[in-house]
Amino acid sequence: MTPRDFVGRIGFYVLIGLVTAFFALPMLWLVGTPFDEQPGLALSVPDPTLGNFSELLDNRFALPSLLNSVLLALGTAVLVVAFAATAAYSLSRVRIPGRDVLLYLLLLLSSIVTGTAAMVPIFLLMFELGLIDSRVGVVLVLSGGLLPAAIFILKDFMDSVPKSYEESARVFGASAFQILRDVVVPVIRPGLATIAVWTIVNVWGNFLVPFILLRDADKQPAAVLMRTFYTEGGAPNLALISTFSLLFSIPVVVMYLFVNRKYGFRFYGGIKS
Amino acid sequence: MAAIKLDGLTKVYPGGVRAVDDLTLTIPDGEFFALLGPSGCGKTTLLRTIAGLEEATSGSVRIGDRDVTHLPPGKRELAMVFQDYALFPHMTVVDNISYPLKIKGLAKDDRLGRAVKAGDELSLDGLMQRRPAELSGGQQQRVALARAIATHPQVFLFDEPLSNLDARLRLEARTFLKRLQRDLGVTTVFVTHDQAEALAMADRMAVMDAGRIRQVGTAREVFQRPASTFVANFIGSTPMNLLSGVVRGQAVNVSGQIVQLPGDARQHVTDGQDVVVGVRPEYLSLSQSAADGALRGVVAIVENLGTASLVTLESDGFTVAATVADGEEPAIGTDAWALPIPGRTLVYRREDGELVDAPVVAAVA
Repeated sequence: MTPRDFVGRIGFYVLIGLVTAFFALPMLWLVGTPFDEQPGLALSVPDPTLGNFSELLDNRFALPSLLNSVLLALGTAVLVVAFAATAAYSLSRVRIPGRDVLLYLLLLLSSIVTGTAAMVPIFLLMFELGLIDSRVGVVLVLSGGLLPAAIFILKDFMDSVPKSYEESARVFGASAFQILRDVVVPVIRPGLATIAVWTIVNVWGNFLVPFILLRDADKQPAAVLMRTFYTEGGAPNLALISTFSLLFSIPVVVMYLFVNRKYGFRFYGGIKS
Repeated sequence: MAAIKLDGLTKVYPGGVRAVDDLTLTIPDGEFFALLGPSGCGKTTLLRTIAGLEEATSGSVRIGDRDVTHLPPGKRELAMVFQDYALFPHMTVVDNISYPLKIKGLAKDDRLGRAVKAGDELSLDGLMQRRPAELSGGQQQRVALARAIATHPQVFLFDEPLSNLDARLRLEARTFLKRLQRDLGVTTVFVTHDQAEALAMADRMAVMDAGRIRQVGTAREVFQRPASTFVANFIGSTPMNLLSGVVRGQAVNVSGQIVQLPGDARQHVTDGQDVVVGVRPEYLSLSQSAADGALRGVVAIVENLGTASLVTLESDGFTVAATVADGEEPAIGTDAWALPIPGRTLVYRREDGELVDAPVVAAVA
């Protein structure tokens, strides 16, 4: 290694270190600030206290909002996984003319359906259906927005299940439901796990849809509640915001680790046999 | 145990492809039967139609004394082994073998007992808790067989059972399958594109082309007396010599050289008829000196087949190949004479490729 290479390498690592530090700062703030007596926007060594947590618990909406988030996320995940799996299965097995075009169109449109652009018509639609201020309404709108992408990803998994598996089961006398339950679903389980987690993460962080469709403060999820943490003077209450942000993040991180360990994440099909 | 009877069976795919065309065939109880043919000849479709995975367009399928034409696969009491074995990757070996029994509603102890018994018969003990991904190709095949056996079916269907094994294992599996079928005595139909496999394993075979059966017979019948030039071309590790010629009296004129007509063919030909003379390289004796009734040519290629060599002679207007024992190969470029062994020469009509003693079919649909 020439001295020139050596200096170059040192420079490279210093650059990487700086970039890493830049991206690590918000994470460190998130982990440190909730335990700080005087929470600020700057990153500082915390003056340790648990006072912020007890202050948060005094807010009567804080913990219920996390439960609301769980309800919305699980509800949407169940709907999305069930419908995406059945839709992807049939799209994978039945030949329809223009099937691929249909899938790409769905994928394209889905980014608009839950997007800001479609919020007014969606609000009107929900209003006509009497689903304003209803968790069911929120779950339906979110599911509709996430389904196309979920179908698109799951169809790839379904395509990778050899037809001979199903035919073999059919020759043994298995019904269509038994084939789906005993053969197809277990084989694509990593795909289903990925879709479920992806859905939960999406709903967990979604602000706009529940913010617009839910009126009752008792129903609002954590992502919506966050915006109410201001002091009487109108300044952001950093103690509450940082503490709540930490509580808000932990379930998702834990779930991610658990599912990744149990099933492993994959966004593509394919079977090791 | 049951015989299989196919009557006028036809399968037309959407789009108009006639994969199986008005096919009638009886496979007696306990027979090991091969469906042989080139890719796309309809043999796999026929097997899948017997299994019920494809619905027959017309005609009927009977297993034993039951008409199963319109029954779903699960009610036909048959077991199928797929080309890729179709073992479920998420189940252990014992779960794979007992899964069909679970579908049939057997109690847990009962089905585990039967699975273990079937596994033992195929020497899978010790592997029962493994997953398919942890098994070799040969072991996977045995698991698929055990799964088929454990259901006690009336009929076995094998789709290209040996094609996923390497060459050496294939020979072992061939012997193994044949013994297993004989011990169980279950009527078995298997599909293959490998004529050597069919000749070695099957009691009888059907050679198929374009959805139709071209010949049904034992290995010996099909090998020694192919019913048409298509079968003649397809069967045999070295292709049959097919020489175009014209009948002249008691002989055939092949590009100026004379081949004697075999006795049984004489009454079926007329003077001046266009024919194809078929003779296997194995049934030609090669000599370095002129012989009466032999085809003369110049030695062009010598191919080593292991215990024998295939010698190709070139002559004006045709080439002819003959096998000779190793060590007796003539030198390239020298003259040689190939003499057909009496009674092994076949004569086909040139217009439809059938043997001259076969009845003439008025029009081929």
